[in-house]
Amino acid sequence: MRQRQAIALLALVGLFVALYLWLHALGFGGAIKCGVSGGCETVQTSQWAVFLGLPVAFYGVVGYCAVLGVALASLRPLALAQRQWNVMLVSLASVGLFFTIYLTYLELFVIHAICRWCVGSAAIITLIWIVALLSLRSPGTRTDHGASQQQPGQPV
Amino acid sequence: MNRFYAIVAVLAVVLGIAVFALLRTGGTAPAAAVGAPPTVVDDGFRGYTLGQGSARVEITEYVDFECPVCASFATIQMPTIKEQLINTGRVRWRFRDYPLPIHKYSRFAAHAAQCAGAQGHYFEMQDQLFTHHQWAQTGKDPSDLFRSLAQAAGVDLKAYDTCMEAGRYAQRIEFSRQEGDQLLVDGTPTFFANGKKLDFRRLPGSDDFKAIADSIIAHSH
Repeated sequence: MRQRQAIALLALVGLFVALYLWLHALGFGGAIKCGVSGGCETVQTSQWAVFLGLPVAFYGVVGYCAVLGVALASLRPLALAQRQWNVMLVSLASVGLFFTIYLTYLELFVIHAICRWCVGSAAIITLIWIVALLSLRSPGTRTDHGASQQQPGQPV
Repeated sequence: MNRFYAIVAVLAVVLGIAVFALLRTGGTAPAAAVGAPPTVVDDGFRGYTLGQGSARVEITEYVDFECPVCASFATIQMPTIKEQLINTGRVRWRFRDYPLPIHKYSRFAAHAAQCAGAQGHYFEMQDQLFTHHQWAQTGKDPSDLFRSLAQAAGVDLKAYDTCMEAGRYAQRIEFSRQEGDQLLVDGTPTFFANGKKLDFRRLPGSDDFKAIADSIIAHSH
């Protein structure tokens, strides 16, 4: 359960990162806040900032919403012991991770600029993916204290 | 479990406020570098030049950084002109600013180029501004983008920020624009060859300038 909670919290943070970038892409607010390093505007105004006619950040919003929704749904008492929720979370996180790897490749080798918001999102989806994988290895639980029935060599 | 949902709710509120604050406090272009200065003083500067001082032909280009035709000329024609005319010592190219009033950030871009020029990176910054010209289509405040372009051009950002905040070259840019008015510049890019205005019915290419240079050099013998 703790892992699903962690995924929900990470997805919530990722959702707001993507939301900020999406709203910025839609023209809300002034210049993007990017710190001293710059690079965000370069990435955001590049031709790769749009995917299939929509800002890339929009897919981030949708993806994080999906992960958050599934994670919260998996925390319902009836769903706690059902393993398929973990499979769904791993699947969603894997799609997000592959998309992120593609975008990071573009930043590093095509656009030659790094957006720290994108790096933040990449870190979040990677963490979600790792936690989701760990949850796949854990047995289901009904306890409220995260006290999964611990087995030797298995994460709690 | 209830504690978890309380944490989710609090986190959502905090993040929502953070996003709202970020959208409200995005970086803004300093007014001193965006607008025309109240007074104009001639600092003796007459534009950055490419090419040798001994070249018999000098082309002066009045340029607006937000103008798409100027960007097109800079990225498509200029490489050939550099290779065939400037690097061969036949032509010297002088860049003068002529920010058009219809362009919101052209004066700001010219100022960014001047601040980069103060550090010896005018042409690198010019390349950045024209190569990444999408900023001119978005209508969004490009101040942060220009910082990252300046960084890519090799500019020290601390000195750049100070220069931009102070609007250090605003008068120089306005002087150039007024000079253009006196020379009847009516659009960008406008070209002069050894001081004589060139009238093209279309955007000139490298061949046009080659012909002009050939003609001037032939008549100067």
